[in-house]
Amino acid sequence: MSRVLPAPLSRPARDWSRQPPVVAGRAATVLALVAFAALALIPLVWLVAAAFKSPADLFSYTFFSPRPSVENFTDLATRVPEFGRFAVNSLFISSTVVCVQLFFSSLAGFALAKYDFKGKALVMVIMLATMMIPGQVTLAPLYELLCRLRLVDTYPGLIVPGAVSVFGIFLFRQSMLQLPNDLLDAARIDGCSEFRTYLDVVMPVSKPMIGAFCLISFMGSWNSFLWPQIILHSANRFTLPIGLNQMVGLYQQSYGMLMAGTLLSILPVILLFLLLQKEFVAGLTAGAVKG
Amino acid sequence: MRTAERAAGGGIFRFQQRFAPYLFVSPFLILFTVFGLYPIVKSIALSLYATNGPKDHVFVGLSNYRFLFTDPDFGVAVRNTAVYTFWTVFLQLPLALGLAILLSQNWLKGRSWFRLAFFSPQLVGQVFVGVLFMVLYVPQYGLVNRGIHAAITSFPLDTKWLGDARMVMPALVLTSLWMYVGFNMIYFLAALQAVDRELYEAAMVDGANGWHQFRAVTVPGIKPVAVYVLVMATIGSLQLFELPYTMLQQSAGPDKSGLTIVMYLYQNGFVSGDLGYASAVGWTLALGILTISLIQMRVTGAWKGAKE
Repeated sequence: MSRVLPAPLSRPARDWSRQPPVVAGRAATVLALVAFAALALIPLVWLVAAAFKSPADLFSYTFFSPRPSVENFTDLATRVPEFGRFAVNSLFISSTVVCVQLFFSSLAGFALAKYDFKGKALVMVIMLATMMIPGQVTLAPLYELLCRLRLVDTYPGLIVPGAVSVFGIFLFRQSMLQLPNDLLDAARIDGCSEFRTYLDVVMPVSKPMIGAFCLISFMGSWNSFLWPQIILHSANRFTLPIGLNQMVGLYQQSYGMLMAGTLLSILPVILLFLLLQKEFVAGLTAGAVKG
Repeated sequence: MRTAERAAGGGIFRFQQRFAPYLFVSPFLILFTVFGLYPIVKSIALSLYATNGPKDHVFVGLSNYRFLFTDPDFGVAVRNTAVYTFWTVFLQLPLALGLAILLSQNWLKGRSWFRLAFFSPQLVGQVFVGVLFMVLYVPQYGLVNRGIHAAITSFPLDTKWLGDARMVMPALVLTSLWMYVGFNMIYFLAALQAVDRELYEAAMVDGANGWHQFRAVTVPGIKPVAVYVLVMATIGSLQLFELPYTMLQQSAGPDKSGLTIVMYLYQNGFVSGDLGYASAVGWTLALGILTISLIQMRVTGAWKGAKE
């Protein structure tokens, strides 16, 4: 009588004891990842800890003090009363930039993805060429131009030159290429104008890309330094990067207060990122991997 | 079917469909012409003038460029920027790729948490990183000195990262690693995950071990992304400005050890007020960036890949 042996499973059951090299390899991998993740996070954790330590405790405890204190924040409020103003300016400017860029970039991206028109290739070439030339080339003539337009030291001077994002146009074009033409035609049959089609049909289905773009655009504007530094002269118009950079010069030794200011400055971006994380990673890598 | 419907829709719809795209790209084209194209052309002309502020111009021909190449400060700026770029790119990319490979293992759990941790520094703008690291690099008490001292006791606790001309560049490179390794890792990770699994299986059937698989499957698979990351990281590094400018408290650092090309441009154009000279610096930087990018694409064979 022959006994039929059970066929081996396609994947043998894991027997860790027999595979010490695999276990060791995996343990080393996890260990390395944890170590590097810690290196990435430690400065940020330290920042939070430092912001909530009294100046006397700052260097007495490596990280968190057993006596948390908000002294740095009250210090900031009394010694740099303009700080709130910087934050409001930054919020206002960045939100405006996001809205304007979102509208113009998605509109142009839509046109380049879903229409055939004369000069389309030329527009694409112009866009690519713009991306090749670094922004520093145009700083001087742009400043001169804004002087003539009397836009120096104004918010429009900060916002208008960057109102369209070439990167954004590419991003939206890429995602809108995949929209089925039938969807657009259906809207047209229903009597939608081309702009209505864009607003009521195309934009709602582009939500993931909108999320990604909003974050990228917000981060770019929130963190931007060189152009605001050139264009803004009055302290009451400063954004957070400009204000904080000046504070470093004025209050070099008030580390705790500077850390409180830094923490408050990066908080909005971190909150927005946590909200839009998934879309962001997808949007960031879409162009590079597919293109 | 589409044409029939459009014909039925009548003239107004056809008219709309024809002109809508022009309307939709017009904001871009107008803004680009005024704030992009015009300044680019203008900067070529401007670079031939000596200026004092936005109004006072004197034609000087190519002497801005001539002065640029004889100015020892510009030499320092170029050298610093080049050294920074070299170390940043050549430490950053292998680290980023290594982390991405570790993170792309199939069996790994909690990948998105690791990715979040690695990516988090990228959220902090350069100015804010500059302020934070200025404090982290404080001699005696700073976290960096304490951390390294705890690991290697011979490391002097009073190392002045930002006050010692020899240490400024290592401080900048170290900070840049913290900022950008995770960011570039995201790209590598996406590329690794897009490589066809079957290719690995085929390679395994052919008896390829880990290293061979890496050479034969992984490298060709991620090459387009790797070249993209290489070129972008180089371009970004060559434009270094905010980080040293904040970290070194609005100065070029001891012995100008933190002077970069863009800082040089900013100081000459917008502190001293010579916009013409700043344009000359800008174009020199642009041509330098273009040349280096082209060489990188040539050497890595990115063009050949694009043609295929």
